Amino acid sequence: MAAKIRQPGWYRALAFSILGVLVCLGLSTGLRAAFSVDPVYDGTSVLQISLLMVPLFFLGGIGCFDYWLRWASGRTVVDDHADHGAKSWRDYFKVNTDHKVIGIQYICVSFFFMFIGGLMAMLVRAELASPGRQFVDPNTYNGVFSIHATLLIFLFVIPVFAGIANYVLPLMIGAPDMAFPRLNALSFWMLPVAGTMMLLSFLAPGGSFAAGWTAYAPLSVDAPIGQAFFTIAVQFAGASSIATALNFLVTIITMRAPGMTFFRMPLLVWANFSTSLLVVIATPFIAASQFMVLLDRALGFNFFNPANGGDILMYQHVFWFYSHPAVYIMLLPGFGIISEVLATRARKPVFGYRMMAFSLLAIVLLGFTVWAHHMFVSGMSDWIRIPMMITTAIIAIPTGIKIFSWVATLWRGVIKMDTPMLWAVGFISMFTLGGISGVMLAMVPLDIHVSDTYFIVAHIHYVLFGGSMFTIMAGIYFWFPKMTGRMYNERLGKIHFWLTFVFFNVTFAPMHLIGVQGMPRRVSDYADQFATWNMIISISSFILGFASLIFLYNMIVSWRSGPKAGSNPWNSLTIEWQVSSPPPIFNFDSIPSVVGGPYEYGVPGAVHAILDQPAETPVAAGVGAASEEN
Amino acid sequence: MTGQSHRGAVTAKNWIALLAIIVVASAIGIAFMLALNWFPEQGSNVAPMIDTFWDVLVIVSVPIFVAVTTMLLFSVWRWRQKPGEEDLDGPPIHGSTKLEVIWTIIPTIVIAALTTYAAILLVDIQAAPAKGTRVVNVNGVQFAWDFETETPAGPVKSGRLYLPINEPVKFNVRSKDVIHDFWVPAFRLKVDAVPGITTTYNLTPTKLGTFDVVCAELCGLGHAYMRQTVTVLTAERYATVMAGLARASGAKPPAGGAAADVAGEKLFVSGNPATGATACGACHALKAAGTTAATGPNLDEMLTKDDAAAIMEMIVDPNKEIVPGYSKGIMPANYATTLTKAELAALVKYIDQSVHGKG
Repeated sequence: MAAKIRQPGWYRALAFSILGVLVCLGLSTGLRAAFSVDPVYDGTSVLQISLLMVPLFFLGGIGCFDYWLRWASGRTVVDDHADHGAKSWRDYFKVNTDHKVIGIQYICVSFFFMFIGGLMAMLVRAELASPGRQFVDPNTYNGVFSIHATLLIFLFVIPVFAGIANYVLPLMIGAPDMAFPRLNALSFWMLPVAGTMMLLSFLAPGGSFAAGWTAYAPLSVDAPIGQAFFTIAVQFAGASSIATALNFLVTIITMRAPGMTFFRMPLLVWANFSTSLLVVIATPFIAASQFMVLLDRALGFNFFNPANGGDILMYQHVFWFYSHPAVYIMLLPGFGIISEVLATRARKPVFGYRMMAFSLLAIVLLGFTVWAHHMFVSGMSDWIRIPMMITTAIIAIPTGIKIFSWVATLWRGVIKMDTPMLWAVGFISMFTLGGISGVMLAMVPLDIHVSDTYFIVAHIHYVLFGGSMFTIMAGIYFWFPKMTGRMYNERLGKIHFWLTFVFFNVTFAPMHLIGVQGMPRRVSDYADQFATWNMIISISSFILGFASLIFLYNMIVSWRSGPKAGSNPWNSLTIEWQVSSPPPIFNFDSIPSVVGGPYEYGVPGAVHAILDQPAETPVAAGVGAASEEN
Repeated sequence: MTGQSHRGAVTAKNWIALLAIIVVASAIGIAFMLALNWFPEQGSNVAPMIDTFWDVLVIVSVPIFVAVTTMLLFSVWRWRQKPGEEDLDGPPIHGSTKLEVIWTIIPTIVIAALTTYAAILLVDIQAAPAKGTRVVNVNGVQFAWDFETETPAGPVKSGRLYLPINEPVKFNVRSKDVIHDFWVPAFRLKVDAVPGITTTYNLTPTKLGTFDVVCAELCGLGHAYMRQTVTVLTAERYATVMAGLARASGAKPPAGGAAADVAGEKLFVSGNPATGATACGACHALKAAGTTAATGPNLDEMLTKDDAAAIMEMIVDPNKEIVPGYSKGIMPANYATTLTKAELAALVKYIDQSVHGKG
């Protein structure tokens, strides 16, 4: 036992966490005693300090800091790669430095929180099935939709993209790993910490945080202690994002294989490069907004107390300066996935590759100029509305370029409509709708009427579900054979797509209508005139939820016993498909040389990269353009 | 490329067919969208402007969606991989500068046109009210609105909003606690009520009748129940109502013409929507009333030692003393204004009797 507690791992994490609570208890009571504050023990104080500090103890216990501390203290460090790569399933529950292991960890943890967040959505819909109170009181209801949004944004969409890119990106650019493998591990381990903290808020006295994922002050400042769980959990999720983004940036800039110029990078790499720029620049702003709330709550700073010179609108400006770019953080990696899937499954180069890359950068730049379009009715200075409307509408132009180029990529291709492709094509259509309602919302006169209504709820779900979620599904099905070495069940994949596609629309399309008709969002009760549509929406949403169980079943069963996939089942040109599935522990025997563009389908004899093929890896089953380079 | 017939060039005939499909489907889509009954009734001068703007947006948007989806479906239908084509690649088309320029410029023009229209419309909507425009102070508080109409004889308070038809009105919107949002869907305009600042908008009601006033910004537990009404009256009727309100003692409104004999239980269970008095039972459990909500303290347990006077004080000034485990500022502190003296008395009597098993 003692030996186990000395080793990094769960036992030590538990011991350290308990130690952490005791330290926080001592710190709080000690300081209160020293300054003669009465009473000496204050549960709220201990809890808030613990929320900040215990996660660090946990991360230390699980082993995120061992190497660095050893190195910093001048002791010998052994670079034996003992924590690199997974030999059994148990290794996925340990701190690991292999980007492929971390990628899988990211994806599985994100989907775990996706299912919980989805369950919360079912609860919301059950409550809203008819007017009046069904299952939960208003406090619980506000908590459930707040946690639904928070989990799906901070613990699913953002990290699952980081997970997919973690797995695929180093392989794509011909790198043996990410630039900072230990930082990569730390980034991952902060996620379950943040997610667990958010869920634990249900146990807080006064209930979970219930001010929405936007946590507007002063509602969040006056709220019960559950709000602190949000305020602090977001810090950990944000720190995780920033560290990963830095890691991607350095990896992409410095670790590309010889010959991999920027304009030979696959668009997924471009997409994550752009996303990482957004994350690094924007995420500190949400950290600031939440620290201000925390300081107001815990220490009476009066940032948001107008009676003492505080400014309530400042919260919204700082919050949205992150949270609008966050929408692109939740979309750009998906854009990259769609480009990969379309080119490979339509057997054609991505149409207008350079414009596709430039439009990503244009979205990054413009993404920082539009935040106040969330505040058209907030009471901010009226004049800001017109410039913000114009910049917002302009984003439709680079986004339009991407949509039209994807359609043109399909044009005259040899299109294989399998599961990843269904999600990709479905995405283009649904995201177009979400984009159109976005342009409508940018128009101030209309926004004044529909902001804070179900029209907004419909729009964000067309963007984040019809948009991000569809791309995530395309990506998961597309790289499933690479990650597991096995093939998913195509039939179940198609059933999953069609059920999702149909009931996604039945669920969210009517929300446009009831929103314009006057149903506000974030309500547990509504006027009787909206009853029929809400019942239809609720029933449809349950079927939508059921469809995700088919996906879960398909993934688990196929991972355990699906047919062997081979190294390159899609006959793709990009580098990740030229190594075995799953790839060797250090990815490549020798670093590949890149000699051409990533999507030269249809060009006779075209090769993207030359690899020294390890003797034991057989050539892929499919023989197409890709076989030229083997 | 091999000789599969379906992989041949796209003929002029194909293009005409595609164009026809896009035009017809767009026409059907636009007709369908315009036929839907989107908006609530038009209650203000602003409403027709916004509704027309919506129609324009729909007419521009539908063809874009239809065109993208048609091209997608056509591509998938026409160039789907057939048996025997497993090893076939598409033509290596890398792009077309001409096309890319076209699909950059056309959206730019559309965007420029729409934003110009929107900006002009916004200027019209925001036009400063004429001097002497009637001013109504709208105060948000968890979880109700109260209204204060400025008149030459001094402000007239009411828990229900009354407006005269066809006369411009300016709303000064304020909040006493957290952010609310003052929205009358039939009027189409809304603005946040932000503590510390005054926000405004102005419009002219154009339709007689009673419309919903909705809080559109999440403001806490009772957010969903923060629904009241605005009644638009003829000038004569309005004058009568306002005179009545001004005569009424203090700031207490006539609570929608409440009779002297008020049913305490009804007030407890459903509140008084006309004045914005939230139902006690929405947050409090009380066995006698059959309510089970746990947002606020359970009254059967909490009030065992309190008499009628104490209960009255808790209703009128709920923040004076807080039951441990609950938070300050959640319960509306406006019952003194949203309920008449008679209603308050009836409510207190009902709660007192229910908790202590009297009557």
